[in-house]
Amino acid sequence: MNANPSILIVDDEQVVRDSLSKWFKEDGFNVSSAAGAAEALQQLQGQKWDILLLDIKMPGMDGMELQQRIKEIDPTATIIFITAHATVDTAVKALKEGAFDYVTKPVDPDYLSHLITNALKQRSLVSENLKLKEQISEFSKADEIVGDSAQIQKVYELIQTVAKTDTTVMIRGESGTGKELIARAIHSNSSRRYFPIVAVNCGAMAEGILESELFGHERGAFTGAQYRRKGKLELADGGSLFLDEVGNIDTKTQMDLLRVIETKQFARVGGNDIIKVDFRVICATNKDLEKAVADGTFREDLYYRLNVFSVFIPPLRERKGDIPLLANYFMQKYSRAMGKQIASISPEAMDTIVRYNWPGNVRELENAIERAMVVGKPPEIRPEDLPYQLTERNHILPSGSMAAVEKAHIISVLAQNRWNISRSAEILQIDRVTLYNKIEKYGLKKPSAG
Amino acid sequence: MLDKTPGVASAINILNASTIADERLQELSRAVGRSFGLRTYVSPAPLNLDRAFDAYRGQYNSTALLVQLVNAFAGTDEKRIAVVGVDLFIPVLTFVFGEAQLGGSSAVVSTHRLANPFYGLPKNDELSFQRLQKEVVHELGHTFGLYHCHQFECVMRSSTYVEEIDLKRLALCSGCAEKLHSAR
Repeated sequence: MNANPSILIVDDEQVVRDSLSKWFKEDGFNVSSAAGAAEALQQLQGQKWDILLLDIKMPGMDGMELQQRIKEIDPTATIIFITAHATVDTAVKALKEGAFDYVTKPVDPDYLSHLITNALKQRSLVSENLKLKEQISEFSKADEIVGDSAQIQKVYELIQTVAKTDTTVMIRGESGTGKELIARAIHSNSSRRYFPIVAVNCGAMAEGILESELFGHERGAFTGAQYRRKGKLELADGGSLFLDEVGNIDTKTQMDLLRVIETKQFARVGGNDIIKVDFRVICATNKDLEKAVADGTFREDLYYRLNVFSVFIPPLRERKGDIPLLANYFMQKYSRAMGKQIASISPEAMDTIVRYNWPGNVRELENAIERAMVVGKPPEIRPEDLPYQLTERNHILPSGSMAAVEKAHIISVLAQNRWNISRSAEILQIDRVTLYNKIEKYGLKKPSAG
Repeated sequence: MLDKTPGVASAINILNASTIADERLQELSRAVGRSFGLRTYVSPAPLNLDRAFDAYRGQYNSTALLVQLVNAFAGTDEKRIAVVGVDLFIPVLTFVFGEAQLGGSSAVVSTHRLANPFYGLPKNDELSFQRLQKEVVHELGHTFGLYHCHQFECVMRSSTYVEEIDLKRLALCSGCAEKLHSAR
């Protein structure tokens, strides 16, 4: 309860206004009263009231209409009708239109006292709930998707587009590209964000184990099942179910999963009770599912159920412009976590990092930076702090077209020279204007400070 | 109607308009005197109960009684509380145990709902008297500017049913005592 909750009493009878004002003042409330709707609306312009007690029958604008006007000014207002003219119809109408409660004069003092206490408690819970939701939204924004490249911007756009819907999403990409991160971003930006996202790594579990993991089991369902256990499907109720490595699910579980996705109901292993669930499916795979369907190892109907909206995350070697940003991001992350005063990556080390092909994608980059932070010494990460394979020249040439090689080389030189255009142009043996044109052509952006 | 200096009073006058025995009233007077540290005395209440009677509700309007008290004693610097035996109400509530002018001079309290037989329970005069003492101190506390208190045992805690009165002690909590002291 607030220190001094406020109550506005609106009633055309002065004796009612006076006696209620007196009653609430003895409880330490900040009380004011109004003889009619116009006066009440005027008082609402000046300040916010915790509770409004409204009479229904008043000359001019009645209490029901006044409630509508009040809700336009302050949608969070807690309104209690207190009237001598009680009918079931008006009570139902008042409550439907958002009144907290409805009491008839004369009201039992104990009831009125409890009513006010409950109304204040509810206001306090609503306000607390709003604050917590704001906090969750803040957390949602602070995800770890880092990158300025056109490819990653496209991924951002897709996330924003699909997050607001309840569509099933298939995330494709090589191992280590951050598919779970994208799944979490979709969930965090969806209306289901106040419920959990439950991740299941379908590739890491044997056939029977995955079934029990997804559907749960009843006591005695199989040897060792001593207790009833809820499955991931039940845990994801209201939220999102993230099926990682969905291409690795065995044929039987594929069929069971298809049925759950279609009917949103299932029974635990060894049980008969039907459990209804409501979740959104987000799945990820690095496998060629189309080929698996053609080979007959992945059910075609499940494939179409899952592959409604597809998000492709390009491998890191195809968005080299993001590498310095990501490297700096991970350096700062581990600097904070380890409490180590390493604040930069030397130009030589950055050159090595940018030129490497990163077959393990962002995960490999993160591991490399984490290792460098462990072995490195302040104030910066040097080439010798990086894992051995990065310095092997066999791995550092970008694959593909001449343009890809040129782009990678320009990024490397810019990184080495901390984006000093004159110096970089000199090393590249081109003029500054040409370098600017190439930067624009390849969509390169200077990494943010740090 | 409000007194600008709620803590200032030369004495407390207990005005009797009930059937309580004299010795009980004297005992009440002593308890009130101890609670507020003021000379306290008992006298007959100059109230016209009939004028406060509401035939529709079959109850007595406590605000109307308070007005009579204020008018009858205008100009004096005493606090006063009338003890009545009739059932009191204020227009929006089904009943009240009593009513007071917050920071004013006058209060009224009823014995009607303090007695066990009202609730179908055996008569217990001692319990009824304890409840009366607490309610008299409570309503007078309001005239000294005290609000309702959230401490369970404080006599200034709000009571909306009779068993709640029994939970309180006949004493102000330290916070309310401090406020009373500051007001004087």
